[in-house]
Amino acid sequence: MIKHLLSGGDLDADTATEILDTAAEMATVAGREIKKLPALRGRTVVNLFYEDSTRTRISFEAAAKRLSADVINFSAKGSSVTKGESLKDTALTLQAMGADAVVVRHPASGAPHRLANWVDGSVVNAGDGTHEHPTQALLDAYTMRARLGRLAGLSVAVVGDVLHSRVARSNVLLLSTLGAKVTLVGPPTLIPVDIAGALAPATDVSYDLDSVLPNVDVVMMLRVQRERMNDSYFPSAREYARRYGLDGPRMRRLPEHAIVMHPGPMNRGMEITPEVADSPRSTIVEQVTNGVSVRMAVLYLLLGGNNR
Amino acid sequence: MAYPPAARSSPPRQPSVKVILASADVQRVVDRIAHQILEKTQGAANTVLLGIPTRGTPLARRLADRISTFEDVSVPVGVLDITLYRDDLRRHATRAVGPTELPSGGIDGKRVILVDDVLFSGRTVRAALDALNDVGRPASVQLAVLVDRGHRELPIRADYVGKNIPTALAESVKVTLAEIDGTDEVKLYGGTHS
Repeated sequence: MIKHLLSGGDLDADTATEILDTAAEMATVAGREIKKLPALRGRTVVNLFYEDSTRTRISFEAAAKRLSADVINFSAKGSSVTKGESLKDTALTLQAMGADAVVVRHPASGAPHRLANWVDGSVVNAGDGTHEHPTQALLDAYTMRARLGRLAGLSVAVVGDVLHSRVARSNVLLLSTLGAKVTLVGPPTLIPVDIAGALAPATDVSYDLDSVLPNVDVVMMLRVQRERMNDSYFPSAREYARRYGLDGPRMRRLPEHAIVMHPGPMNRGMEITPEVADSPRSTIVEQVTNGVSVRMAVLYLLLGGNNR
Repeated sequence: MAYPPAARSSPPRQPSVKVILASADVQRVVDRIAHQILEKTQGAANTVLLGIPTRGTPLARRLADRISTFEDVSVPVGVLDITLYRDDLRRHATRAVGPTELPSGGIDGKRVILVDDVLFSGRTVRAALDALNDVGRPASVQLAVLVDRGHRELPIRADYVGKNIPTALAESVKVTLAEIDGTDEVKLYGGTHS
């Protein structure tokens, strides 16, 4: 097993499958009366969040607690970071406190990679800038496998703001490793020119959602990240929704078995309409549930043994 | 006075392998445990067999099969994975987690018989008891093992023992079963015999 989980590209097919299989066993714990396992008793997991993310932080916290680890939540707001402490000094502090794993969310792409050089424990990337979010990709893969029974040979459309999406990058890397074919769909301004070739050679790019829909097993809608929209990437929200939003009529053009995914939080009415988000094809709520199981699997596989 | 080298050095010591139970013996032992379970539980009513992976699982299935042959009673069989309950997780590389499969009726209020191949320190059984605790509340728990090799580190004993094998700590007992290894056998390894 690897020591850190920094990128969807860190995982080979066997390791990724081991994580998904372990997550399936972890999921059975959620159905029990006692949702607790003693596997990580005595281990300390630090959630080091430099960006707000209630959903991801709570998911990691629930996962660590279900494995009996001690959890320390560190939010940059109101901490020494606002007084000017560097990431390295924070890392050394965590090291001195004996953190066995650091789950880090950071606005700067690559911050978890740097952190991994400074701490002895495992580092899990919980989202770095516009770079990667590997546990999200794992939970997406887990959800696809659970709904459709396989990953190899699946055709997946990732739709929307690929430029700013760490979810898209990690998904392309992981899904390609696991044998799925990914098509990136969005306005040309939001799809970096060389991204498909740079991430995985078999990845396609399309600027026309309607032509892609009838041939896919999975549509993954990305959130339009208004907070990162510091430029004119598309004429208006309405224009975007008309060309790239998933509404009822578009959803009905999908094959019968196809599912709709969204990493959340959603902009209802922008990239996805309430009709689609609340339809039986939507896996959005399942993705949240599966996120805890997948993160339990990741924490167990990184920390559960003597892998040093 | 110098001795010739051959007279001074003893022949090389070979690690010994001794077959304790051959295939027919294993079958006889399983039959006997099945009879003992029927006798002690008065017909195996309200009883569930839970195998502890890896080799406890086929053993539990065999016991259920023999019980149904002898008394025409169907005893539900399940699998109890104990990986996440082990107390030595940190001493080894990460262990793969296997499935826990409980019979459809669950284990609440049932007499659960844990089944394993070798009883040694007792730590596996302790982990199994913890795991059981998290998946239900049995009326009682019993333990059936193919081999008891001694050296307990915890106050645990088996209710049904196929064969007691006195061993030294340096020795090891290896059980092979047809379902997993292709052959039924119990072998004692180690100890050095000239």
